[in-house]
Amino acid sequence: MKKKDFMLFLMICIIAAAAFAAFRLLIPQENEELVIIVNGDIYGTYSLEEDCKIEINGTNVCEIKNGAVSMTEADCPDQLCVHQREIASAGDTIVCLPNRVVLQISGNSESEGNGIDATAG
Amino acid sequence: MKRKTAYLGMMSAAAILLGYIESLLPLSIGVPGVKLGISNLAAVFVLYYYGTKEAALVSAVRILVIGFMFGNLFSILFSLAGAALSLLVMAGVKRIRGFSVFGVSMAGGVSHNVGQLIVAALVVENFYLLYYLPVLLISGLVCGCLIGIASGAVIRRVRPESLNNV
Ligand SMILES: [Zn+2]
Repeated sequence: MKKKDFMLFLMICIIAAAAFAAFRLLIPQENEELVIIVNGDIYGTYSLEEDCKIEINGTNVCEIKNGAVSMTEADCPDQLCVHQREIASAGDTIVCLPNRVVLQISGNSESEGNGIDATAG
Repeated sequence: MKRKTAYLGMMSAAAILLGYIESLLPLSIGVPGVKLGISNLAAVFVLYYYGTKEAALVSAVRILVIGFMFGNLFSILFSLAGAALSLLVMAGVKRIRGFSVFGVSMAGGVSHNVGQLIVAALVVENFYLLYYLPVLLISGLVCGCLIGIASGAVIRRVRPESLNNV
């Protein structure tokens, strides 16, 4: 490994650490709730407190159970979303790319306008 | 010329094999379809032994074959984005003096993952996915290092010129 290789290695580690710290600060880790996004638009926001099943546009079904969210059914060809692990903490997402469905856990701090703009487009 | 075609065919076969192994090991970290990028190994080889064009060819063959056999439109799109960005970055870093195959494959591994993440975020129009950037940077870096070790060992034993001159 040459000197420049090592510098590159270090630089990427620093960027990763900085990004990790930034996201930790930007995404509040309290009052977590489930936000469902379809085609880039917010489909609905749900509390993690109560267990329930949510049908999304007739293509996907997700379930809230004991404060964790998982995708239980999907009509997508790859079924990758169904095989994703359940999510429970702010910042985590389950994505169904073919159906363009995103389940994301968003934190909510008391003070308003503190969270990052979650959606774009 | 005939030799070159044979070698590139062999490299493509190796790339397809690596791509298959990779498809059995999905990273389960929130962004579906993101692959480790071990099939970049073949791209690094070909980049050093022949050049950017040949590496692009081998990667394209690998992505199409794996895509049609085991994947779908999205996995093909993902792989193409990752491979294209990683190849461009690797070819660029390789030209800079002072980088060895280590630096080149690290840069390739990291940009491979970043490319895939960007495509996923664009498809679902949700940049919240960038939350996974740190994880993908580190996994790309680790994978790039391993590929660097492997290709460094091969390049030391088989001189690139020996392939070009036959
Ligand atoms: Zn799905």
